[in-house]
Amino acid sequence: MGKIIRFLPLIVFIALGAVLYRGLFLKPQELPSALIGKPVPAFSLPGLKNAEAVLTPASLKGQIVLLNVWATWCPSCRYEHPYLIDLAKGGQVSLYGLNYKDDRQAALKWLDDLGDPYLLNVFDEAGRLGLDLGVYAAPETFVIDHHGIIRKRFAGPIDAKVWQEEFAPLVKMIRQEQARGE
Amino acid sequence: MLNRILCAVALLFVGATTVLAMPSQTQGFDDPVMEKRYQSLIKELRCPKCQNQNLADSNSQIAVDLRNEVYDMLSQGKADMEITSYMVDRYGEFVLYRPKVSQLTYILWFGPAIILFIGVVIVVIAARRKAATKKELSLSSEQQQQLDAILKEKD
Repeated sequence: MGKIIRFLPLIVFIALGAVLYRGLFLKPQELPSALIGKPVPAFSLPGLKNAEAVLTPASLKGQIVLLNVWATWCPSCRYEHPYLIDLAKGGQVSLYGLNYKDDRQAALKWLDDLGDPYLLNVFDEAGRLGLDLGVYAAPETFVIDHHGIIRKRFAGPIDAKVWQEEFAPLVKMIRQEQARGE
Repeated sequence: MLNRILCAVALLFVGATTVLAMPSQTQGFDDPVMEKRYQSLIKELRCPKCQNQNLADSNSQIAVDLRNEVYDMLSQGKADMEITSYMVDRYGEFVLYRPKVSQLTYILWFGPAIILFIGVVIVVIAARRKAATKKELSLSSEQQQQLDAILKEKD
């Protein structure tokens, strides 16, 4: 007993050190989404290009859907845009956009100037869908599987490295599930 | 010259603190009860973007939006519980400054008490041991008499 007591400060020190050391590598800004495993929340919003269109969750149909939340006021969105264009060309996923709290004209000009990687853009001027998705900034990207279930939420810009580390394994997994008919 | 520099520095400082101390813009209710509920809700809810601030303190876009959301929901007559669970559904337990007691948060809720308990146990054991050693070291009355005798002899 006495020996344990003597070493207790050292044990506590090591335990605390381990916890704090681990804390150095956590990314608290990457919140787990409350929506993982749930379907895309219901919405009924206009399209960005076609204001007459009424878009609903059913409008986001593809093999594996990537829903990218973006806006012209968001500098990181500009950073990730070229990669999104590459990604769209790759054809691995169906890339949809959620134009979040933006100005329609500015957004259209952005797509004209920088290229349009999206199959379709939902125009969420008031940020209602953004709120229902738990979006707190742009860019954010959601992976939606073939059943319409949200499988991942990623906050921050996507580039090749992020894609390889964060998205590629999940996309592969969903494709396997699909192949098995799950 | 020095005075001027000091003055400039002081002004800068005052300017900086005024900006920091500027209250965030919030809507208000005329009804004091509603206003109190509103204020306590936006203090209990954490800003998801700027994680160490609550909705009341933050002026980030999302905090403004969520404050307005709280305001609207209160105006619609929603209960406080409904409002917090609405936020939790979207942003996760994280938005609560006082998270619910669950497996994930046991350590938050009970950690301090456990650490205090361990501390008390250590102090008690240490104190007992010290008392025990003291007892061992002290002389029995017989030994004390012998010591006194020796000391007397020396004198």
